[in-house]
Amino acid sequence: MKMVTAIIKPFKLDEVREALGDLGVTGVTVTEVKGFGRQKGHTELYRGAEYVVDFLPKVKLEIALADELVERAVEAITSAAQTGKIGDGKIFITNTEQVIRIRTGETGADAI
Amino acid sequence: MSEVFELQYALDTFYFLVCGALVMWMAAGFSMLEAGLVRTKNTTEILTKNVALYAIACTMYMVCGYAIMYDGGLLLSGIMGDGATGEADPATYAPSADFYFQVVFVATAMSIVSGAVAERMKLWAFLLFAVVLTGYIYPMEGSWTWGGASVFGLYTLGDLGFSDFAGSGIVHMAGAAAALAGVILLGARKGKYGANGAVNAIPGANLPLATLGTFILWMGWFGFNGGSVLATASVESANSVAVVFMNTNAAAAGGLIAALILAKALFGKADLTMALNGALAGLVAITAEPSTPTPLQATLFGALGGILVVFSILTLDKLKIDDPVGAISVHGVVGLLGLLLVPFTNDGSSFSGQLIGALTIFVWVFVTSYIAWYVIKVIMGLRVSEEEEANGVDLVECGMEAYPEFTSSKS
Repeated sequence: MKMVTAIIKPFKLDEVREALGDLGVTGVTVTEVKGFGRQKGHTELYRGAEYVVDFLPKVKLEIALADELVERAVEAITSAAQTGKIGDGKIFITNTEQVIRIRTGETGADAI
Repeated sequence: MSEVFELQYALDTFYFLVCGALVMWMAAGFSMLEAGLVRTKNTTEILTKNVALYAIACTMYMVCGYAIMYDGGLLLSGIMGDGATGEADPATYAPSADFYFQVVFVATAMSIVSGAVAERMKLWAFLLFAVVLTGYIYPMEGSWTWGGASVFGLYTLGDLGFSDFAGSGIVHMAGAAAALAGVILLGARKGKYGANGAVNAIPGANLPLATLGTFILWMGWFGFNGGSVLATASVESANSVAVVFMNTNAAAAGGLIAALILAKALFGKADLTMALNGALAGLVAITAEPSTPTPLQATLFGALGGILVVFSILTLDKLKIDDPVGAISVHGVVGLLGLLLVPFTNDGSSFSGQLIGALTIFVWVFVTSYIAWYVIKVIMGLRVSEEEEANGVDLVECGMEAYPEFTSSKS
């Protein structure tokens, strides 16, 4: 099992959600986050004084997946979230040792 | 007493009270404006200052302020009587209505101070100052202007051609002078000014609230200026009231448009907070004389205020006078402009009279306020500690946040 963590542009969330749904992905956790990457921040003025917006808003998706779904899920996220401009985000894939469904106590791939 | 007079008396009194209620509502406008322009961690405290200063102003003006300003008795003795009987030239409204209309102006002057000293002043130091300003400092200068008394027996402003219809100087510039004295002794918010003359932005937390506050003030101002006609139950006064409403509105609109366009030209983007300050500057500029300008003149006077306020805010920042909401610029600098615009449309006033009046008000309020702030500083200190400022004054002064999260009951 893998944990796929994707950081994407907020306005792409609906398209990514739809693409993952079409694949049969059954659950996603979404968080509004802020951060910086190569896009960096930008400078704004408030009442004539400068301030720097260092961290830009992004959306973070966390998706636990059975191994055979990972490649297609990554493809789906990439094609749905891509604009080709700087700041499209990143996908991180990590191993997931165990998954437990709290309601039934099921474990492993059955619990996803 | 004729029935026509009774009707006039009833209508003028009623009008006075409604206008007073409108001005009272400006306290809500100041509260929302200031709550919007501070950071979330200082919201509860600024709201506490605003409601408390309103109550203190009402109480102090009842105890001694009104007596000092209009040469009456302490605790409003005699206020319960009839304004129409026993007088050769009877007033057309109840004495208590006059007090009610006057008391909300004192609160307005004090409201101006709270925004300028926001985010770093101790709550109780501020409230102590509110007692002094509303009970003594403001009533004294009010007695020399609207009260008609001579300035320490030296000169009488009315004889010199001084005219301030609804209080650009008497209320607004006075509040700003008290605020300026406080800010000088208090110092800037930590992080506002960096090395090499850098000015750092500390953006306000809630611009919807700041906008709502501005609209509330704009509405309340119809009572502020409109009520200052003091009557409405005759063709002449009704016409005057209508002109005042029209010009007050026009000046606010002119001020907003001018400040918005100027901000766009200077900064490249439409700074909402400057536009809001522009509307208020337009209102302050017309307050000294809203009854004689044409609508075009009123719009232009407002626009002048809107332009001046933007440059004033930038200049005060260069001087490291930290005013989070722009109160000193809106009410002080533009208040002076309002006074100086009066002779252009009102033949009964003179530039020299306006200047002497402005100087009298400013010097009196600034010097006495400085002394009062200084004494408070010695007794209890004006400023919260550096750590308390960083954590926000909500928790240290009020023990509660405006938007608490992750709280649970102690069981």
